[in-house]
Amino acid sequence: MPDFEIITPGPMSTVQDMGRTGCLAAGFCPNGVMDRYNAILANALAGNAEPNVPNNVDMKNIPASPALIEMTMQGVTGRFTSDTTFAVTGADMPCTLNDEPISAYKTQTAKAGGVLSVGYAKTGCRGYLAFYGGIDVPLVMGSRSTHVKCGIGGYNGRKLMRGDTLRIGASYKSDLGNASVAPLVYDKLFRVCEGPQFTRFGKLEIAQFLSSEYMVSPQSDRMGVRLDGALINCEGGSDIISDGICAGAIQISSSGQPMMLLADRQTVGGYAKPFVVIEADLPKAGQLRPGDTLRFAAVTPRKARMIMMEDMIHVSGSVRRVEDAITHSYRIMGWRLRTR
Amino acid sequence: MSKDYAVLPSGDRAFTVRFGDKIDPAVNDRVASLAESLARKPIDGVIEFVPTYAALLVIISPERLSLKRAISAVSRRVKRLSDSSSLTANSSSTVELPVCYGGKYGEDIQFVADHAGLTTDEVIRVHTEPVYRVYMLGFMPGFPYLGGLDERIETPRLETPRAVIPAGSVGIGGKQTGVYPLASPGGWRLIGRTPVKLYDSARANPVLLKAGDFVKFKPVAAEEFIRMGGEA
Repeated sequence: MPDFEIITPGPMSTVQDMGRTGCLAAGFCPNGVMDRYNAILANALAGNAEPNVPNNVDMKNIPASPALIEMTMQGVTGRFTSDTTFAVTGADMPCTLNDEPISAYKTQTAKAGGVLSVGYAKTGCRGYLAFYGGIDVPLVMGSRSTHVKCGIGGYNGRKLMRGDTLRIGASYKSDLGNASVAPLVYDKLFRVCEGPQFTRFGKLEIAQFLSSEYMVSPQSDRMGVRLDGALINCEGGSDIISDGICAGAIQISSSGQPMMLLADRQTVGGYAKPFVVIEADLPKAGQLRPGDTLRFAAVTPRKARMIMMEDMIHVSGSVRRVEDAITHSYRIMGWRLRTR
Repeated sequence: MSKDYAVLPSGDRAFTVRFGDKIDPAVNDRVASLAESLARKPIDGVIEFVPTYAALLVIISPERLSLKRAISAVSRRVKRLSDSSSLTANSSSTVELPVCYGGKYGEDIQFVADHAGLTTDEVIRVHTEPVYRVYMLGFMPGFPYLGGLDERIETPRLETPRAVIPAGSVGIGGKQTGVYPLASPGGWRLIGRTPVKLYDSARANPVLLKAGDFVKFKPVAAEEFIRMGGEA
């Protein structure tokens, strides 16, 4: 089996997949990639099409998605020990293979001994590096994702470090060709639906939140994106009896600062949540970097479902060969692709 | 009978069933029984649920089940549970956790005793007396939010949290008591440690407790703690 040896890890590179499902009740946050669309594309381009699974199966029985490397702001440099097929997507990180520039969003193959270097993100925040066969790390609660705070899952429960050797799950595949897809372009408008404490906020506060521009605070990470801008006052304080938190929940702290809670969030929390970002817009949050500005707009759950359908069609693109992999990824998210 | 629960929106693929607005065993019983019902007899399209003090967050796959249909299905379930005689989750169990109190395993027990105006032996007695309810799990995998701490030994948290608290540590933080399943930073006052692993990735079910269970602490001597697998 081929290995990928980390020469320089970048500041925050972790092994992730589509995350954990079914264990929120046990206090496990889902973890998993922050930008699902780009992770889906990286895996698809790297040739990771999973066998078709029947519809309506229990989520827990769907095989885990292939694990890849999520890189934050700065990519990794590493050496392939044997011929390996891989692909890079996500943030605009310039890539070289043996010092020659190579394209992202394209199936690439390295020879044994080849050195891949993924650079600093010109735009966006997180890049994805997928290998044919995925990264071979043990499953924990059905996922290979790293839970850094608790030291669970992924590569030894931590971010990657110099000298780490990642085992790749399969060897080189010669018939992959060199497919490519267009990079995804994200706007910075986040559609939201009402959250559990929506009615605790006055009309003015809601209007204020929806009409304000917010800036991404440097104190943002995989747990959540902290937003600088208009403070939102909650009548009677924002403390609540702790309840469950779903991905994308906007929580308002005691000081009135909004925070968008993401992959490494806690499963329960004691702050009011007036809104929740719709599922289709969550991948965009994974590309927010400190200093970016964004806005919110309210939509109905029905509209959110339509947006999700449109996104699925867009992400599936026109690359036929990668379609199985994309379809499988959506199944893991609980969606079924009905095009074609 | 008027509806004694509320369904709150929670985004485009989830909703919250709220049974009350206070921390109360009877309310939590209803949360636990709904969670148990959904675990035993899953509703197709409901992919996750999170039981908390007074509410259950239900996450669905909107492609398989619309929010509207999911809310009706879960509401019917709630009604059936309310009509049946037993509100308590049937599968809740009482877990006895041996704890070595004080010494190097519970560095803050003297502080807790001084704060309460009790001796350390009295702190141990007061802490081991109640049967604690696991209201919910959260904060980290398997971390139980326990209810039932005797108010005499309520103790404010550390001003500066410790960088590392060993797994198994039993602590008091304000009005709460709990056990750290994993080593982590933390600000609770440590009074002891249990050799029982609340989280163990090697187990078929890595998380020992679930919402609706009960916990009873039992004091053990250091030798016994070590014999049971605790760190010497």
